[in-house]
Amino acid sequence: MAKYLLLKHYRGAPAAVNDVAMDQWTPEEITAHVQYMNDFAARLEGSGEFVDGQALAPEGTFVRYDGPGRPPVTDGPFAETKDLIAGWMVIDVDSYERAVELAGELSAAPGAGGRPIHEWLELRPFLTEPPTITD
Amino acid sequence: MDGDLLRRLTPEVLGVLVRRGADFAAAEDAVQDALVQAVHGWPADPPRDPKGWLVTVAWHRFLDAGRADVARRRRESLVVEEPPPGPTPGVDDTLRLYFLCAHPALTPSSAVALTLRAVGGLTTRQIARAYLVPEATMAQRISRAKRTVSGVRLDRPGDVATVLRVLYLVFNEGYSGDVDLAAEAVRLTRQLAAMVDHPEVAGLLALMLLHHARRAARTTPDGSLVPLAAQDRSRWDTALIAEGVRILQAALARDRLGEFQAQAAVAALHADAQAAGETDWVQIVEWYDELVRLTDSPVVRLNRAVAVGEADGAWAGLAALAAVDPSVPRHAAVTAYLHERAGDRATAARWYAEAAHRAAHLAERDHLIRQAARLNARLPG
Repeated sequence: MAKYLLLKHYRGAPAAVNDVAMDQWTPEEITAHVQYMNDFAARLEGSGEFVDGQALAPEGTFVRYDGPGRPPVTDGPFAETKDLIAGWMVIDVDSYERAVELAGELSAAPGAGGRPIHEWLELRPFLTEPPTITD
Repeated sequence: MDGDLLRRLTPEVLGVLVRRGADFAAAEDAVQDALVQAVHGWPADPPRDPKGWLVTVAWHRFLDAGRADVARRRRESLVVEEPPPGPTPGVDDTLRLYFLCAHPALTPSSAVALTLRAVGGLTTRQIARAYLVPEATMAQRISRAKRTVSGVRLDRPGDVATVLRVLYLVFNEGYSGDVDLAAEAVRLTRQLAAMVDHPEVAGLLALMLLHHARRAARTTPDGSLVPLAAQDRSRWDTALIAEGVRILQAALARDRLGEFQAQAAVAALHADAQAAGETDWVQIVEWYDELVRLTDSPVVRLNRAVAVGEADGAWAGLAALAAVDPSVPRHAAVTAYLHERAGDRATAARWYAEAAHRAAHLAERDHLIRQAARLNARLPG
């Protein structure tokens, strides 16, 4: 088994095919979209492949250490930062091919006009513990 | 296996051990061990006196643990010197546990976890699942909390307001898991109200009951939020409402108003309306005025602006909103709502989209983006 992170971007991924802001959809289209996402997660739980899924607020803060005795520096959000994560799903699957297949299904979630969004999702393998038997 | 019985007995048993001289942290561990043994053993061999059984087993566990490190901690001598336990009412013991678990030295998250385990009788695993953290993390949190309060003497009553704050947090944090935290908070507050004669304890219990009564109507089967005005009121639990109103009236009659009673009064006025259009908004504004006086909270001022918008019209609501700090959560959502009520759909749609952008909860975000979409779909062009 291998764990993969499916990353959804607010910004930083190539534009989706059906790229319409959500507040321009109809309420029914939003309901259908949410239903699709819920069903997808439920199906992965059923197949024993779901690990975790979370959504993130669109705005965050950059923080860094500023030396001893000083409070951390906070800044941002930076408009020029290219990448903005909207949320993730962690899956635990048998193969890379299965991970790609599931990411493709998630990207097919319906959007404006009830048509698939064709959204670009980023698929990132976890770095895991080395196996016990290596030779 | 009666889990409710076990959990009801948990604080009583723990209280007995502490009164016999066990330190809180060790006693709490011993009681957890006894509970686990009960869960496994009782179905086949139920005891005639469940509480006596638990006390005996937990006490032996405590003694065994004490013997194991007697050289270091000399716990056995303490135990030997302890007078034999006599029959004392369990109520005081349980009450002291509430105060201990809500001790001001604890952070809110630690107080919540410790209360659910030591008073509520939940296992660490159940609490961890309810708050969506790993079990090891929750175990550490509880263990640190126990160390923090281990030196606190149990002979003085604490401030009931701290206990109420913890119970309110348990009720209001809408996480889901195999444990129904809202129902657990209601149970613990009921138990507290039976022991403490205090109008704010009654006020909090009434507040919880009145909100709990709406639960079935608050979300659709797919998890979407249903705002108060759109809820199917036939799905409200009328027995809970009646109980909440009765408890609230008795509390208000004592003329010692506090914020929980005032919040419950608002909830009772909503519960009283057969349809959203029959809501007595004028009286609700008066209660919010009381709440502003009692708390001076910007959140209360925000809710008051909504009520003013209903009582005196959207423009009056927007005027009241202008005096509220815009950084308060849900400010954008209220702005959107009042603009829609004022007939300005385009502005409302923009504010709903902004509110969705700022939303702190997933279901709330989905609800707000749906409101924006609903208005945008009907805008020309």
